[in-house]
Amino acid sequence: MGTITIDPVTRIEGHLKIEAVVDSNEVKEAKCSGVMFRGFEVFLKGRDPRDAQRFTQRVCGVCPTAHATASTLTLDSAFGIDGKIPDNGRILRNLMFGCNFLQSHILHFYHLAALDFVDVTAVADYSGNDPDLQSVRRFIDRGHLAPFVPRYEGDYRLPKEINVAACAHYVQALKMRRKTHELLSIFGGKMPHNMGIVPGGATLAPTTDKIAAMHHGVNEIRAFIDNVYLPDVIAIAKVYNDYFGIGKGADQFLCYGVFDMEQSNEDQVTRKRFLPSGLIDSSLNNISKVDLSAITEDVTHSWYDDKGGNKHPSEEETIPLPDKKDAYSWLKSPRYNGEPTEVGPLSRMLVAYLAGNKKVKSLVDYALKEVGGQPADLLSVCGRHAARAIETKLIADAMSEWAMELKPGEPAYLDYEIPEAGAGVGVTDAPRGALGQWIEVKDHKIENYQLVVPTTWNASPKDSKGLPGPMEQSIIGTKIKDEANPYEVVRIIRSFDPCLACSVHAVDHKGRSIANYAVS
Amino acid sequence: MSNEVQEQSVIWIQGSSCSGCSVSVLNAVRPEIQTVLLDEIAPGQHINLKFQATLMAGQGASVTAILDDAAASDGGYILVVEGSVSRADNFATLGERNGKEVPFHTRVAELAAKADAIIALGTCAAYGGIFAAQPNVTDCVSVAELLKSEDIDKPLINAPGCPPHPDWFLGTVAHIILFGLPKPEEVDRIGRLKLFYGKLIHENCPRRAHFDAGRFAKTPSEPTCLYHVGCRGPITSADCPTRKWNNGINWCIENNHPCIGCTEPEFPDGTSPFCKNTLSSDAPALRKDKTGNLIPANQITAFNK
Repeated sequence: MGTITIDPVTRIEGHLKIEAVVDSNEVKEAKCSGVMFRGFEVFLKGRDPRDAQRFTQRVCGVCPTAHATASTLTLDSAFGIDGKIPDNGRILRNLMFGCNFLQSHILHFYHLAALDFVDVTAVADYSGNDPDLQSVRRFIDRGHLAPFVPRYEGDYRLPKEINVAACAHYVQALKMRRKTHELLSIFGGKMPHNMGIVPGGATLAPTTDKIAAMHHGVNEIRAFIDNVYLPDVIAIAKVYNDYFGIGKGADQFLCYGVFDMEQSNEDQVTRKRFLPSGLIDSSLNNISKVDLSAITEDVTHSWYDDKGGNKHPSEEETIPLPDKKDAYSWLKSPRYNGEPTEVGPLSRMLVAYLAGNKKVKSLVDYALKEVGGQPADLLSVCGRHAARAIETKLIADAMSEWAMELKPGEPAYLDYEIPEAGAGVGVTDAPRGALGQWIEVKDHKIENYQLVVPTTWNASPKDSKGLPGPMEQSIIGTKIKDEANPYEVVRIIRSFDPCLACSVHAVDHKGRSIANYAVS
Repeated sequence: MSNEVQEQSVIWIQGSSCSGCSVSVLNAVRPEIQTVLLDEIAPGQHINLKFQATLMAGQGASVTAILDDAAASDGGYILVVEGSVSRADNFATLGERNGKEVPFHTRVAELAAKADAIIALGTCAAYGGIFAAQPNVTDCVSVAELLKSEDIDKPLINAPGCPPHPDWFLGTVAHIILFGLPKPEEVDRIGRLKLFYGKLIHENCPRRAHFDAGRFAKTPSEPTCLYHVGCRGPITSADCPTRKWNNGINWCIENNHPCIGCTEPEFPDGTSPFCKNTLSSDAPALRKDKTGNLIPANQITAFNK
């Protein structure tokens, strides 16, 4: 019996530590620990409500537009204009957020996850004409292999041809993800941390030249997704097809849905969205409506006092206890109906699949046919990568159509008044999963602000029933071939695309909570 | 031929940050990031990026060993710090040593003490930034302040921005590699290269004519001067108006959003509320009129009713 400690886990956003207790080459216990917190909710208190939109983007530089979207929905709702902004504003927001999805997913597969499967040193004897691969070969020739080595060794098994192609695509993807940010900046001003999505709509009304640039650019990314990203994921998944049986996490999957398709007074989780909201279990037979009141946050193994937690987010108090016995994370444990719940692209694709979305069904069925699998096989490392790639294609294809729905000459922005007092909620799905933000306004200022973010669901510690969080569950039971190179563990963790920076918490100087809300 | 290429080691660590600086640098165009990683960044010079947690293949003990080795070495590397530095032991850690988590501030101090030069990347590292915003519950400070309190005297260059433009960072690195550390006259009073931060946004703003003529936007969606909806261009130094962002496609003001002053030490507390005009007469581009109201210093009176 031994313990594997991985600290820091790299190629993720933020600071994460993993501990896995291994006996007879099998993981018996696992602990995910979030080891940093920054206190967003605290420094938002007392500010101009509109500033929440600028501040919350700085929660995460990889997916700032997700926070821009959630906080803008929150402010729209608090200002009484949710569902009323001009259509151009709604579509521009979707296009900008869509660019962020493309950026985040392409970055994740090629630059965060792929190095666990793709061996850069395979390019050492390359003699072809591809300038990118020649660059890689010259790099290897010089003999200094950072940042690609050191790494976990022992299971680089792609056939040479696929491996070399994947290295070329790593380089090509650097360009492609950059271009998604350039597209976003057409209407967003700059990226990261765009300046285009604001309460009331978008700052820049569409003009013909910008619509054309967006449409053209999206099509360039679509060609990359169709001809490179999706085929690469399938090719790698075929070789590593044992990873369809590795990494199953929780038994429940949740999403709030994303991309408003019409202006609507409907509740945000029931209005028409491009990807629908829903809750399913791992039997993949039942789909049910999302009920935000079914969410509780458990703090049994988090560095917080139990008397404040284990309640609905809006009712609990956060009282940090850094020396609490048996606690091991700054993250809380959100539970839905008391159960650990996975969020992210896999949840979204499963919900859309079960909801009968035709495009999702045909793409998922195509991918499963290619790899010779069943829908249940998707609850795995390869399933998460496949779901992310399929979602990237769905969104990019839709963006090409959305761009053409913009109407030059019509407004993208609706002016509003900041109420003296009020409350607002914004829920959407971020690239990494279900994201919710809540605001309370008093005296025209932020009285309280709360974020419940995707990675808190996935990377949560054990709860009062002793149930491990989804990422912990996904590691437990995994066979480890070489404890000095536990590549199985990091492949599983990275398949979730964890963002620890988002998993923030709030305390005041004396270590007491300022926010009355849950904020993990 | 490969023997002739010099390896410039770079160690890049992230503290209380959002990783937005890293992502922004990935957006580099001239040169592209692949060139920075793989090719000679300048003739005969290659960057050996020994530690960068967002990109590096390795994890756990094998990569914290790189930091430990560097801290025990005689230097020979550039240290890049992204994010502000929490002086508390438990809010931000980076890896373990002998089974114990190492506070981020300890890593910065150890590595800075041996570095040839330090680049504080982004406004958080340069001046504290977002994570040092009041009430600063995590006791975050800038790299400069940490080095001062640890009595470490090493060349430090600030490359602020939230995020910084990739050119500002790569230009700073290139300057060190090609021409050595910047001379005192090349750096402004708060540690930034004048090459990038030498002029106020306001000086080169394409909407300056609107400002001078008194044509002001009432909401952040209008194509005139955004001064009255909170623009910090008059107190913010950066070359955004001429360099522009994301391959020169756009920038904040061109997108009808006021500048929020993100390259300045006052960001964010002193430059917010972002949507309100709260500038004082300290702003060099402003003066008080006869009634005590702030007006543009060189406003053309003919247009000023």
